[in-house]
Amino acid sequence: MSGPGVAEIAASVRNGGRTARDVVEEHLARIASRDPELGSFLCVTAEAARARADEIDDLVGRGRDPGPLAGVPVALKDNLCTRGVPTTCASRILEGWRPPYDATVVERLLLAGAVPVGKTNLDEFAMGSSTENSAFGPTRNPLDPSRVPGGSSGGSAAAVAAGLVPVALGSDTGGSVRQPASLCGVVGVKPTYGRVSRFGLVAFASSLDQIGPITRTVDDAALALEAIWGHDPRDATSVPGRPEPLGADGEPGGPVPAEVAGLRMGIIEELTTMEGVAPSVRRAVTDAAAALEHAGAKVDTAAVPHARHALSAYYLIAPAEASSNLARYDGVRYGLRVDAPSTEEMNARTRAAGFGPEVKRRIMLGTYALSAGYYDAYYGRAQRVRTLLIRDFDAAYGCFDVLLAPTSPTVAFPLGSRTDDVLAMYGSDRCTIPSNLAGHPAVSVPWGRGEDDLPVGVQVLAPALGEAVMFRVAKVIEEAAP
Amino acid sequence: MTGGSGPYEAVIGLEVHVELATVTKMFCGCPNAFGAEPNTLVCPTCLGLPGSLPVLNRAVVDLALRFGAALGFRVPETSIFARKNYFYPDMPKDYQISQYEEPILVDGRLEVDGAVVGIERAHLEEDTGKIIHVGGGGRIHDAACSLVDYNRAGVPLMEIVSRPDLRSADQARAYVSELRAVLEALGVSDVKMEEGSLRIDANVSVRRAGSTVLGTKVEIKNMNSLRSLGRAVDHEVHRQVALLEAGGSVTQETRHWDEEGGVTQPMRTKEASHDYRYFPEPDLVPLAPTPERLGRVTAALPELPAARRARLRREWGIGEADARTLVGRRDLADYAEAAVAAGAPGAAVANWCTGEILSHLNETGVSAEVLPLAPDGLAELVALVGDGTLSRPLAKDVLAECLREPKRPRQVVAERGLAQVSDEEELGAIVDEVLTRHAAEVEAYRGGDDKTRKRKRGFLMGECMRATRGRGNPQVLSRLLDERLA
Repeated sequence: MSGPGVAEIAASVRNGGRTARDVVEEHLARIASRDPELGSFLCVTAEAARARADEIDDLVGRGRDPGPLAGVPVALKDNLCTRGVPTTCASRILEGWRPPYDATVVERLLLAGAVPVGKTNLDEFAMGSSTENSAFGPTRNPLDPSRVPGGSSGGSAAAVAAGLVPVALGSDTGGSVRQPASLCGVVGVKPTYGRVSRFGLVAFASSLDQIGPITRTVDDAALALEAIWGHDPRDATSVPGRPEPLGADGEPGGPVPAEVAGLRMGIIEELTTMEGVAPSVRRAVTDAAAALEHAGAKVDTAAVPHARHALSAYYLIAPAEASSNLARYDGVRYGLRVDAPSTEEMNARTRAAGFGPEVKRRIMLGTYALSAGYYDAYYGRAQRVRTLLIRDFDAAYGCFDVLLAPTSPTVAFPLGSRTDDVLAMYGSDRCTIPSNLAGHPAVSVPWGRGEDDLPVGVQVLAPALGEAVMFRVAKVIEEAAP
Repeated sequence: MTGGSGPYEAVIGLEVHVELATVTKMFCGCPNAFGAEPNTLVCPTCLGLPGSLPVLNRAVVDLALRFGAALGFRVPETSIFARKNYFYPDMPKDYQISQYEEPILVDGRLEVDGAVVGIERAHLEEDTGKIIHVGGGGRIHDAACSLVDYNRAGVPLMEIVSRPDLRSADQARAYVSELRAVLEALGVSDVKMEEGSLRIDANVSVRRAGSTVLGTKVEIKNMNSLRSLGRAVDHEVHRQVALLEAGGSVTQETRHWDEEGGVTQPMRTKEASHDYRYFPEPDLVPLAPTPERLGRVTAALPELPAARRARLRREWGIGEADARTLVGRRDLADYAEAAVAAGAPGAAVANWCTGEILSHLNETGVSAEVLPLAPDGLAELVALVGDGTLSRPLAKDVLAECLREPKRPRQVVAERGLAQVSDEEELGAIVDEVLTRHAAEVEAYRGGDDKTRKRKRGFLMGECMRATRGRGNPQVLSRLLDERLA
């Protein structure tokens, strides 16, 4: 686990100390040597990356500033649309499809001077917590290749943890950025819903999906987030206005200040003490809290009672939306088509052949939850739970500036250990789902090692649009971590 | 409607879908246009490509609010979009963005020939693409393949759902006709049924006259003109009454209007029974028009057809039938008003506009806005008739020429030497010549009974007119002829 970080690369490329081409070659070489074992990339766009790096160097040579991410190699989860580059969502059903456009986040990364190097593996359509649901094979945890990297953004987390790239983007619908970041020992951010444009993110559950960066440091995460966030007229759910920068004194690009003096913090009781949370994980949360207290914060216990029901509500809402979002993969317009005598039969055969078992399970679950006669009992009720959970958070944020919780209940688990136990797999996201249901930001920050010397992550949760305070807390945790 | 065992009453409600006359589509920047090459007016959003997102076109909302303000709808504080889920190849996303439980407009009304028809709701939704079956008979069953054109996908639609307040096929037609005029006057829709920008479904039931209980309703689809609406509803009412009279009962179902056969046919149940699994569209935020926005829309409302008809009757002294014909087409009414503004009397303008000009528009399918004869040209023609320069038959010829090519009436009159001759000396000589040439007829006139005299006079008048090559002033000729025959 090595390699220069985002800030370091951008600074050296901007001041001419190092060429973007050199940086990219270094990282392409790392990918070539390490990724055959890890399987974090589905596609490496080496030639495009070299050409892009040369463009950046050309700009620097002409005295122009390529931007805050000048020459920074970046990996993109393969559910983010990239113009002319295959975007598969790790599904057979989209094999061969090349989007005619870039996602807003991709456009913004390019605008900031970043150099995309490839597309990373994921659970099919971001449905999973281990990256084992990829149609193109699993990704392995760089800290222990017999273990999963978490998911669904497992490819992105593994690539960052292994030093193949300093930053990768993931998407987080129920914890898919934070949980793999925690399992791979890196930083993963889920911003406020609407903070980062979803335009060009292939939808899983539209009311929960949010794109976020995975990096090795909190400062790098701030740099990456500042490059991609902000209002986008192409996403109707995008938050209007300019976000408050994350650096000291509200400056963009600067290091995040490690200041928590006077801040009130609550440890979410329900998520920390619940059954299934590993002792090392529980200890990490209390130790991190103690460190924050030492830095001047006031720490107490917070109650978010409906967090207990978040998992159940999530597994109705997310599949319901997914069942609708994934209807368009019908063989008519793009991607896979399995021919048949009638259109209906063609639709059915295409979908039967193109989707993997977990995607099919969620489509069926969601279709059922929305069906006439069941809507109120399932989808409607889940939405009421969501409302109650948001009220719980509102009440908690009346007393606290941020909340603390575990990210993943356990450290990385062995490949194959949960594939036959759906509920155990779903349980991996118990601590991260509440933020998605509420639309609030949250970040996972590494806190030492737990069972089997594997990384543990601590989660900082903040109210809507509270990224600035959240990053400051994350920074203190990072500095205090063992 | 009377059956063998007593009178029945038809109960009809209509769902009218209109395409909104926006420049761009409902959720993307593609042009909202008819007739382009297939799949040329498309983008990632209206093709539903993975990762694309809808962004609501403000103009769609403004048009709906304008319609709402004109017909007295209530605008709920918020309304939401919902997804209507079903698989069909003409739907790029396999769901349609529509409104379900919370539409943008509720509780409107439209006055139709003195009766008030309630409108339960009007909601916004996106149109689908269009399937073209290739090979065989052009129908799905025997087609070699089916192609999809997504140009129409994402075009904004408003569905206007009436209450079951209509009682006859005629009233249903009158309602749609008035609704069309209103939509056109407001600029909300082009309301061209032949281009599919206005589509109608009818809910029809029958009951004993005087009953207040609703009968079992049948939904009829596929009526593509006012005429087929009238025929389909009539047929369905008769069918239901016959069923009840025979001791049977009406099945709740969706039926398809077969224009050629003149009957409604049950649709395959598979097509009719969907569970659409509606749920709130998570990609869009709730619609919450501000009071300021509503105020702006209301302030900018144009005159509605009913008010316009009343004004034209009052100002021009024309009848309700002419007023209805004129205002039934906004382009025609605008044209007529422009001609009057150019100085022509309203009654004469209305006469030309509801006669020759409307026939021309119907035959050629063009809009009055693009006629080669500008409204002040029509005013010129009316003036030429008024001052005796042109007889009405000659004026018709001149108009026909002016509608064919861009010429002013005076120019045509000059070119063809058409000016009417009213000079008594000149006409007197012609009459004398005719009477000399047809001495026998004159004899017959003088010696004949009333019937013969009338016939002979008509013949002689025709000969006189012919001798002037149609240019003789009919009043003057007629007087000179009578003087000589007396």
